Amino acid sequence: MKAGIVIFPGINRERDMAIALAQSSGEAPRMVWHKETDLSGLDLVVIPGGFSFGDYLRCGAMAARSPVMQAVHDHAARGGYVLGVCNGFQILVEAGLLPGALLRNASLRFLSMDCHLRVERSDTVFASRYQRNQTFRAVMAHGDGNYFADDATLDRLEGEGLVAFRYATPQGEVTPEANLNGSVRSIAGIYTPNLRVLGLMPHPEDLVDPLMGGADGKPLFDALAAA
Amino acid sequence: MKATVTVMLKAGVLDPQGKAIAHALGTLGFKGVEDVRAGKVIELELAETDPDRARAAAEEMARKLLANTVIESFRVSLDG
Repeated sequence: MKAGIVIFPGINRERDMAIALAQSSGEAPRMVWHKETDLSGLDLVVIPGGFSFGDYLRCGAMAARSPVMQAVHDHAARGGYVLGVCNGFQILVEAGLLPGALLRNASLRFLSMDCHLRVERSDTVFASRYQRNQTFRAVMAHGDGNYFADDATLDRLEGEGLVAFRYATPQGEVTPEANLNGSVRSIAGIYTPNLRVLGLMPHPEDLVDPLMGGADGKPLFDALAAA
Repeated sequence: MKATVTVMLKAGVLDPQGKAIAHALGTLGFKGVEDVRAGKVIELELAETDPDRARAAAEEMARKLLANTVIESFRVSLDG
């Protein structure tokens, strides 16, 4: 699918994302500046990580109200694919495209380290090259990744199968120790009900080549490229 | 007219910053601090002079941007 990457001032992971997308699809993604409002021709819109607008007020709060976000809303409403990683996930929840919020890590520390994600379902385009309950390695690099939603929202997410990934041990056990940022119910990523919008905190684009130390994230980009 | 918007995490939302402040106060020897909650104060200088309209405008700003009502509550106060 044809991909575009939305860039806000302060975003700094757009090139890693572009490398991951291009490696799988053979086609460079379109780079979209936050003042643009036309996303026509794109099948997948990616909001990468970074510190948009300096994380002022709340992480993602300013970016979520930028001109391009109305176009992202329209793209999602048309059934287009959206992937938000790290600050991109924070922007999607601030924009109301995904429910909940991302709070300061429970430890109050910025966490820059490997984590493991358990795949909660594999019958989505994003996760189709993984197996259900498989664990893969990803890199977290965030200060505010502590997912929060009220119990009613969480029960709806679980009931509708919209939890994409949970923090787990390398063996796939969901434990408090593996839940490094303190996210409620160890949630690392969630989908919209149509399974076409995915937000997650860790960075699958950081591990897409053995030269990066692993290719655990590559199946996600291969699946998107092939869809 | 000046409007002051106070934004606080809702009850039940973990406030690790408040917890850290409480811990530091204990370290400094302050006793009897039972709980600490940390929030934000945002001051708005508004051209509006009618208090009701100023309050309504500030509340709208708080709902749309200044507070994330998923996790935060807010209150607006007006002076002069």
